Amino acid sequence: MPIPAGVKKVSDTIWEIPVSYKPGMLVPARIYATEKLLSEMDAGVIDQVTNVACLPGIIKYAYCMPDGHWGYGFPIGGVAAMDPATGVISPGGIGFDINCGMRLVLTNLAYEEVKPRLHELVDALFYKIPCGVGSTGFIKLSHNEFREVVEKGAVWCRKKGYAWPQDLLFTEEGGCFEGADASKVSEKAIDRGFDQVGTLGSGNHYCEIQVAKPENIYDGKTAKAFGFTIPDQVAVMFHCGSRGFGHQVATDYLQLFLSVMEKKYGIKVPDRELACAPFRSKEGQDYFSAMKCAVNMAFANRQVILHRIREVFSEVFRRSPEDLGMDMVYDVTHNTAKLETHVVDGRKKEVLIHRKGATRAFAPGMEGIPGAYRETGQPVIIGGSMETGSYLMAGLATGDQTFYSTSHGSGRTMSRHQAKRMYRGTKLQKDMEARGIYVKSDSWGGLAEEAGAAYKDIDSVAEATELAGLSKRVVRLTPIGNIKG
Amino acid sequence: MPYRYIEDIATADIAFEATGADLTEVFVSAAEATMGVMVDDLSTIRKAAEVFVELTGNELDMLLYNLLNELVYYKDARRLLLRVDSIGIDERGPVFSLKAKLAGEELDRKRHPLKVDVKAVTLHRFGLIKTEEGWKATVVLDI
Repeated sequence: MPIPAGVKKVSDTIWEIPVSYKPGMLVPARIYATEKLLSEMDAGVIDQVTNVACLPGIIKYAYCMPDGHWGYGFPIGGVAAMDPATGVISPGGIGFDINCGMRLVLTNLAYEEVKPRLHELVDALFYKIPCGVGSTGFIKLSHNEFREVVEKGAVWCRKKGYAWPQDLLFTEEGGCFEGADASKVSEKAIDRGFDQVGTLGSGNHYCEIQVAKPENIYDGKTAKAFGFTIPDQVAVMFHCGSRGFGHQVATDYLQLFLSVMEKKYGIKVPDRELACAPFRSKEGQDYFSAMKCAVNMAFANRQVILHRIREVFSEVFRRSPEDLGMDMVYDVTHNTAKLETHVVDGRKKEVLIHRKGATRAFAPGMEGIPGAYRETGQPVIIGGSMETGSYLMAGLATGDQTFYSTSHGSGRTMSRHQAKRMYRGTKLQKDMEARGIYVKSDSWGGLAEEAGAAYKDIDSVAEATELAGLSKRVVRLTPIGNIKG
Repeated sequence: MPYRYIEDIATADIAFEATGADLTEVFVSAAEATMGVMVDDLSTIRKAAEVFVELTGNELDMLLYNLLNELVYYKDARRLLLRVDSIGIDERGPVFSLKAKLAGEELDRKRHPLKVDVKAVTLHRFGLIKTEEGWKATVVLDI
């Protein structure tokens, strides 16, 4: 995309679009990107981030992170803080896959130990973690039991033996958003999700075995604090969300908001995907409670998947997961709305932050991150494509410029159909294996759609994120094994 | 039933345009396009189960939106891959309604060539318009 007229360069990594750009904008929009990344963004990003700037109650700016791309309603990579008293909550600012997120777990194994067992590991992960269209999990729950899952999140998993106590400490918000109320969730949402706990899903969801090569350690002290202590240490990263349950919660409330937004609250938005309701209204509060249920479903889902990953490594290496050092580094959410306290114009203020395809990145010393990371800042897990690599980053004090929000992944640049035309899943698998990455997928077509070239260059995204002061690089992780839905 | 996937409006997701000579045809085309994202060859879906749905919508396009959502719902809730077997649409308004028989079967990984899952039907650029040739729907699916 050529950089449109009216987009003002604030710094090498900040681009501002003034309120005069579009009628109805209440605040300017800010895109965080290098000139190269900005020029690679689709035109939809500008349109969507300026639409977000029109939402009632928005504070400071409508933001787009360096990995931003065209979404629906908000761009992917969109961040907006609302005044809870006067502002709105919008499902389009959170996404259909509520609390789609990343989790990173360590091992104390070096690449040389894992390499001879890689096929066995990937095959076992593929068998133990259901993925793809219509997959169901191994935990059999009644609808009422599932309601408990969505109200308690990872806390439920701990009670059932699927979590180590410290797992919860290393999960954003302790693995449970307080105030989740299953009575605000439709029966249809329960129907879609009650048998999906412990499933990966499809599309860009994956589970990946990775290596931290010594030359890819950017900050040795922080890497050590995050648990990377041996050369070529192997870790497992995975990406998934709240499955059909969360998708239905978003669908239900999008429709409800459309029916009341204009008629009852007199709010007009430029795109139906931005349907919203005042945060303090009954509809707004009901959605907030239902959304928290979906957040908790995703925490439980990732926790159960972690349990299965530990089982697989334990079976393959005939050692306990504790002995294999399979501690969590962290679990971060991507698609949420949260009440957080931030300094706005010199005063502490509670704000409702929408992050859609964006990660919270709290700085050193901030409340809300585990004691072990108080000095390093919150770990930020940036998932790249299955061919290129991913990053572990850390929050910085300068993240205050975006309400401590940062990138979440590499972001797509190529459509799914284009990728499928250019790559064949079978050939891609062979080529990747020749390069030392063993990948297994539920669908050849789905695999081709996730080819590395369909994504932005993850190194550029991580670099821009650091240059902008949103978070700093700690470790670059190289893929060696991957399962995909 | 004609539909085509389009590339320039949804980088990470899948968009399609479906057409039909009348409203019934465009609804069937859009349903086929939606299921075609998940299953490579729709002819592999046997008619072993039937589901009857009655839906309403304040706008005609929302009636289509609700139908496509039903297909996504049944795929997860009952693991049913469904196609529209017959459909009747009352387009008199002010509230529009449809009655449809959906037919298909439970998802079987051995027989159904599966592709990517549809998370949701979005309202991004969602449209149903009357054209000179009949009707055209534009839909973006969240993947």
